[in-house]
Amino acid sequence: MDFDIKNIREDFPILKKQINGKKLIYFDNAATSQTPNCVIDSISDYYKNYNSNIHRGVHSLSEEATEAYEDSREKIREHFNAKHKEEIIFTSGTTHSINIVSNGFVKLIGEGDEIIVSGLEHHSNIVPWQMMCEKNNAKLNVIPINDDGELDLDEFKKIVSKKTKIVFLNHVSNALGIINPIEAIIKLSHENGAYVLIDGAQSAAHFKIDLQYLDIDFFTASAHKLCGPTGIGFLYGKKELLNKIQPLMGGGEMISDVTFEKTLYADLPYKFEAGTPNISGVIAFGVAIDYLNKIGFNNIEKYELELLDYATSKLKKIDGLKIYGDVKNKTSVISFNIIGIHSYDIGSILDKYGVAVRTGQHCAQPIMDYFNIPGTVRVSLSFLNTFDEIDTLCEALLKAKSMLS
Amino acid sequence: MTIENLKQNLIQDFSFFEDWTQRYEYMIELSKGLEKMDEQMKNDKNIIKGCQSKVWLHAELNEGKIKFLADSEAIITRGIIAILLTIFNNRTPKEIIESDTNFIEKIGLKEHLSPNRANGLYSMIKQIKFYAIAFSKK
Ligand SMILES: Cc1ncc(COP(=O)(O)O)c(C=O)c1O
Repeated sequence: MDFDIKNIREDFPILKKQINGKKLIYFDNAATSQTPNCVIDSISDYYKNYNSNIHRGVHSLSEEATEAYEDSREKIREHFNAKHKEEIIFTSGTTHSINIVSNGFVKLIGEGDEIIVSGLEHHSNIVPWQMMCEKNNAKLNVIPINDDGELDLDEFKKIVSKKTKIVFLNHVSNALGIINPIEAIIKLSHENGAYVLIDGAQSAAHFKIDLQYLDIDFFTASAHKLCGPTGIGFLYGKKELLNKIQPLMGGGEMISDVTFEKTLYADLPYKFEAGTPNISGVIAFGVAIDYLNKIGFNNIEKYELELLDYATSKLKKIDGLKIYGDVKNKTSVISFNIIGIHSYDIGSILDKYGVAVRTGQHCAQPIMDYFNIPGTVRVSLSFLNTFDEIDTLCEALLKAKSMLS
Repeated sequence: MTIENLKQNLIQDFSFFEDWTQRYEYMIELSKGLEKMDEQMKNDKNIIKGCQSKVWLHAELNEGKIKFLADSEAIITRGIIAILLTIFNNRTPKEIIESDTNFIEKIGLKEHLSPNRANGLYSMIKQIKFYAIAFSKK
């Protein structure tokens, strides 16, 4: 299919919105992506036409909802190339998934064991591992980063060992957009008998991921960064590993037999899906994946990299502008500062021009501390953006700069 | 001048501006006149938690009036601090407690008040009021 940006933008009603009297220019796609009509419509269609609880009723409506819900699971399996459908667990998003894995291993890991996380993490994602290590006295190690913001593989080789049980890292860093060398890390981890959990929140929207080919043990992503609704995502785990770990939540759906003495957990995936799930969200997630595949990930990747190149070279022409994580292997995210000006000031003025960016620490305080800066301005581009919008950004930045310095 | 007079003056000053650029330029101007805060005072005790730009606020009671010193890393936030201190600096706890902050909306800076902005302004006003309440009990 041809990539027709004009037509594609027509699918997104929010792009018609005006901010402060200016056309919205949305450069905060890494925080959450915008939603196409087909996804929005699928949610209202669910509530209008077949809203009912799944896996429970014998009536037709419930069957219809269950089928749509399970179809969505199959779509996610196929897209990410998992081997089995039941290896896809619906969660409320990446944060929830990470907590399932860290809690799942609490009792399987103990004193003398080690966990490794990368120094590029979203800090909320470090917390579940800290909580785990407090409970079982395992040791938490960190893979350091170098001056370009890349993970230091040599250091990783030094800290990974037979004691390492789990390695956790993001596929793409949310603060800098750098693509991490997960293949090498997975290989080294597996050689040492450690499992790897990959946080795909920032990668899944930008290129296709093959879970079996990469031999990933656990993987997670959030729908709201993939043109889907908020509060829904999935956890993938290899079947034998998901069978091994304990569920995080107890409740309906996740049990097969309950007495007061003992409960038998249901089979996968239901063991991890306690309670009535976000049914319309799951269905809409499937619609979003279909939508992205219709546009085509090859097209998305190619176009986004063109935008990235264009934006990077234009931004570099602005005097005093410094880009962090300006490396070759990255997605369409540019994190920068204009020397002597606080990112908050720039973000406030850009907003006046209708340009939405993220400013601050991007929940990645360790990275900011490493560069010794209070924060950055983060422009995160998606296939919805245009070259004209980048021109407007640069003009607005020049105006902000002259106002603020 | 009473707090109310000061607020009216401020609202009047801002009413002459035709668009946001003039408002922001004025705030940036005001930020330059902010009384300097000792670097030592920019400590963890005085920091106001706000995700985006750091804000420090120090207060002391001086002959029945509260003397505030404040600063931020961001210029626009400094401008807002300057505005707040024009109104609240060297006032009695009672005056501060009884005063509302509707003027922020009237001078077109409401957006900075939303907790979402996380610029510390919202928390700063709360902290100013807390100090006033605390000092009123002394
Ligand atoms: C790398 C990364 N991990 C995890 C998350 C959290 O995702 P969610 O809020 O959907 O759980 C984000 C979102 O900002 C992210 O960028």
